[in-house]
Amino acid sequence: MKGIFMVCGFIAIAFVLLITVYLIISGLPAIREVGLIDFLFGTRWDSANQTDPAYGILPFILTSIYGTAGAIVIGVPIGFLTAVFLAKVAPQPVAAVIRPAVDLLAGIPSVVYGLVGMMVLVPWIRTTFDVPAGDSLLAAIVVLAVMILPSIISVSETALKAVPKEYEEASLALGATELETYFRVTAPAAKSGIAAAVVLGVGRAIGEAMAILMVAGNVANMPSLLSSVKFLTTAIAGEMSYAAVGSLQRNALYSIGLVLFLFIMCINVFLNVFLKRNKEG
Amino acid sequence: MKKFACLGLSMVMALGLMTGCGNSNGTTGSATEDESATGSTSSTGSTTSQSTTTTGGNLTGTVNTAGSTSMKDVVAVLTECFAEIEPGVTINYTGSGSGAGVEGALTGTCDIGLASRALNDEEKAGGAVEHVVALDGVAIVVNTANAVEDLTVDQIAQIFKGEITNWSELGGADGEIAVFGREAGSGTRGAFEEIVGVVDSCAYTNEYSSTGDVIGNVASNPNAIGYASLSAVGDTVKAVKVNGVTPSEETVKDGTYEIQRPFVMVTKEGTELSEAAQAFLDFALSADSAEFISAAGAVSPNA
Repeated sequence: MKGIFMVCGFIAIAFVLLITVYLIISGLPAIREVGLIDFLFGTRWDSANQTDPAYGILPFILTSIYGTAGAIVIGVPIGFLTAVFLAKVAPQPVAAVIRPAVDLLAGIPSVVYGLVGMMVLVPWIRTTFDVPAGDSLLAAIVVLAVMILPSIISVSETALKAVPKEYEEASLALGATELETYFRVTAPAAKSGIAAAVVLGVGRAIGEAMAILMVAGNVANMPSLLSSVKFLTTAIAGEMSYAAVGSLQRNALYSIGLVLFLFIMCINVFLNVFLKRNKEG
Repeated sequence: MKKFACLGLSMVMALGLMTGCGNSNGTTGSATEDESATGSTSSTGSTTSQSTTTTGGNLTGTVNTAGSTSMKDVVAVLTECFAEIEPGVTINYTGSGSGAGVEGALTGTCDIGLASRALNDEEKAGGAVEHVVALDGVAIVVNTANAVEDLTVDQIAQIFKGEITNWSELGGADGEIAVFGREAGSGTRGAFEEIVGVVDSCAYTNEYSSTGDVIGNVASNPNAIGYASLSAVGDTVKAVKVNGVTPSEETVKDGTYEIQRPFVMVTKEGTELSEAAQAFLDFALSADSAEFISAAGAVSPNA
């Protein structure tokens, strides 16, 4: 019986190793051919250009970072406050309505987020900001912010609820108001859980492809809020089906995958270190 | 009370499941019957095929086609009709892009390559032979609210290169032009850029990954211009005249509509096709298939 558990555990590890090795093997040739500096810091991506192709992914990297940061800036305050509301403030019947709604939000497929963004958000941005087309970094940020809400809310709510009651009672007994207690006592005590929620949100936002493929416009511009942009993920998703096997274009797409993989690895390592330090401290 | 409600609900659901089963059983049942029927006819057919080869319904085998995603509809229709003539032949289609289609035909990874553009000299030198099965017009589409009706190829090129940026320069209402296109590698984009002469020099506002996305976004944006297969253009957008010619089946076929491209089946010179593949190719090129090709939205040159 023990053996079966072990085999199952090894299967997961084997897949992680397999994907890592595969990405490194298939991602390195293009980086070597283009040159690491030109690849990472080149500002022009024009892989289908027949006379003068260029493979600089700085626009994608910056777009992914800005997009994720923007989603966090919008999503975390809303998510955190919702979690406080659900865990502490909301009367039972209200929480019983909001909580399933949040869970439902987590269950909506990303393509549906993209579709709604395309039909509602993009035209709205176009008319509001008076730009020729609404597909933009801003649209992607809003869609991502909504998408990361459920994970932020549910993880921080769990963290807030796990704070021992005695802390709050002590604070209240000392004369602090309820709100002071939630923000000065409960939230700091739950900060590692809330940090985990934020990192989870970052992970989801940086890895999302389908929804932003539909609202971001997909031109490899250097990012600006109201222009059409391409993310690391959408660069791969959009071009993979057209890149001939063995071509530099396809290899470069693998290299983008490798960069994305390293990003997510860094986020995970950061999360682990952060959580560990908090536990010890 | 609650218990009863639960019970009732679950019974309804269970019933729903059962009816679902019944339906699917019915269809799969008939499908297997069909299959066994075709199987028997084709097997008897193949025994007779050793003596006579020309009558229909006596071939078996698999034909692998791969290439242009734009040709999906045409190939699907041809496959369907061919199945009635030669039920023993299975036609597979892989949408991998025109370049991959030509490459597949040359390297032998597929029987027939599909390309939604004319072959270039390099490919022809490599032994690729083109068979034009259909013509496809690339329509230039704008929003229905746009007053512009007629553009020259030159004007279109300037719009897509970003030299004309406002509709007022073309006689329309004041508004910055939003230039929509397909993603790099798309057959429609390749065809459009090559015909209009803007290869690698387009300044797109947005790039979309499907024809439907382009049409949908042009339909919702009064300042947009885009391109799409003529067959995909419906009432939601307006296809402008090019050099005064309305894009239609007739104008594509007689060549007066300038922005058009051929749908090509590619074979390799000197390599003999399997009997089934040859029959499929002959069928696609015959006058019999013409009406089916036009049903798929393209224009057959062989009618």
